[in-house]
Amino acid sequence: MRKKKWKNLKEAAIKAFFFTCGILAILVLLGIFLTLLSTAIPAFREIKISEFLTSTHWDPTSPEKAEYGLLSMIVSTLMVTAGAMLLAVPIGIGVSAYLSDVAHWRVREILKPVIEILAGIPSVVVGFLGLVLFGPAIAKIFHTGNGLNAVNGSVLLAIMSLPTIISISEDSLNAVPRAYSEASLALGASHWQTLLRVKLPAALSGIIAACMLGMGRAIGETMTVLMATGNARAFPHGFLDSVRTMTANIAIELGEVPYFTTHYYALFAIGLVLFIMTFAVNLAADVVLRKYQEREQ
Amino acid sequence: MKPAARKKIIQVIGFLALRAAMFLVLAILLLFLYDIGKNGGGVISWEFLSQAPRRGMTEGGIFPAIFGTFLVTVITAVLSVPLGMCAAIYLNEYAKQTGLTRLIRLSIRNLSGVPSIVYGLFGVILFVNVMRFGTSVLSAGLTLGLMTLPWTITASEEALKTIPNAYREGALALGATKWQMIRTNVLPYAVPGMLTGTVLGLARAAGETAPILFTGAAFYLPFLPKSLGDQFMALPYHLYIMATQHHAILQVRPLAYGTALVLIVLVLGMNMTAVVVRYRLRRKQR
Repeated sequence: MRKKKWKNLKEAAIKAFFFTCGILAILVLLGIFLTLLSTAIPAFREIKISEFLTSTHWDPTSPEKAEYGLLSMIVSTLMVTAGAMLLAVPIGIGVSAYLSDVAHWRVREILKPVIEILAGIPSVVVGFLGLVLFGPAIAKIFHTGNGLNAVNGSVLLAIMSLPTIISISEDSLNAVPRAYSEASLALGASHWQTLLRVKLPAALSGIIAACMLGMGRAIGETMTVLMATGNARAFPHGFLDSVRTMTANIAIELGEVPYFTTHYYALFAIGLVLFIMTFAVNLAADVVLRKYQEREQ
Repeated sequence: MKPAARKKIIQVIGFLALRAAMFLVLAILLLFLYDIGKNGGGVISWEFLSQAPRRGMTEGGIFPAIFGTFLVTVITAVLSVPLGMCAAIYLNEYAKQTGLTRLIRLSIRNLSGVPSIVYGLFGVILFVNVMRFGTSVLSAGLTLGLMTLPWTITASEEALKTIPNAYREGALALGATKWQMIRTNVLPYAVPGMLTGTVLGLARAAGETAPILFTGAAFYLPFLPKSLGDQFMALPYHLYIMATQHHAILQVRPLAYGTALVLIVLVLGMNMTAVVVRYRLRRKQR
């Protein structure tokens, strides 16, 4: 009797231990948010929130008057992200459609690990290639100084987000019930028509979610844009301008700023904005994806 | 033109466009690997791999950076692998479909989308300041450990899912408690798969730069870290320095290429080992 009680107690303790590890994910996510929030708040003792979000001048080390306007960086981030999506979405959907509907299964078995290799290339290496490979090429094509601009950043971010877009889009194309395409083929539609008018619409929400996850990755990418976009602080007027994204600005300035100054807190405020943006994008993608899976069941 | 012929031509053109997209992605990957292989290959020598940088990092090798990346990845693994495995065991073996479980899963998915530089900011506050580990290899490793946690959990759970329920039911039918069942009939079969999955996450951590920028990576150190409280040199950060921050960037470009090659071989080597082992394991299970 006592032995059984002891055994039950032990089981309960073990379960409690695993449960603690399980809820750790919630604690870490919450911890990140609260840490950013509490470190960002002191910044707004000296900076007006309206100025922070709407001014285009960021000059925290100015000897006359320190300025903390984030808008240029928000616009820069959105610009390179939009450029990246413009390139990556059509290519990514094309590749996923190729893998799911055109490629022979043997070819697919080889190509899928190849896409994983692309996903495995560290961002700092991609940034380096942007610097030494794409930079000079872009400078030549567009006749600009050094080719370190928003175009370069967009191309690199497109490459970085492609594996995400491809693998999730392909999964959702494969999840379309075979009866759908068989019905379409039986009615005399070609494979191409079936792909375009039946499978893609049926997998649309999964593909949208894939693109949003890719976009979230592009917004948060640091090293590639830091190395390849030139990092000028001015408000960007076109894709051939050098831009400085929010991520790059944190990377550039956090190393030099003294701890616990307004400038330091302001960099955490940028981190908070970044966190909220990527969180919103990822959450939206998640909702789209879950809804879609529930409907399928 | 007959409608049938037209349909056929449109299909051929359409499929051609899809093939072109695939070729474009392949071409980019090959261009990357070729450029780094060609320009980095000539730099690689025993001296480059085994010596420290000399003369303001214009000569010598990258041994301290290789060693630092190895050390920080070990710390990452020590934090992330056991925690990730235990969380996965909870989710796959204990958790019921409750609101809390769904919240845990939602958090995991969102954690994997948090930008790496934000993990860096979190590490600066939590490990460098609050826990007073300072800018050190320990802080950097723990920061990377948190970043890889969602990947380790997901990979471990995938491995647990491949264990047939009959294994579990067999143990329970013989009167085993839940933990006895997990220990004897689930874990022995799942652990190899869990470990290979986590290696993929660790490979990504080894190549990350943003989280270690402010938590412990050093521009240049003449010595190897002697304790966990020391700063360290790391391959990805070293590449960043050599490519953009060095005082003679063009002169040291070959060294940057060499660093990039070593980094890519290390990361892709870890990746491919894991993929091959995973493939073998799956075949054995069938």
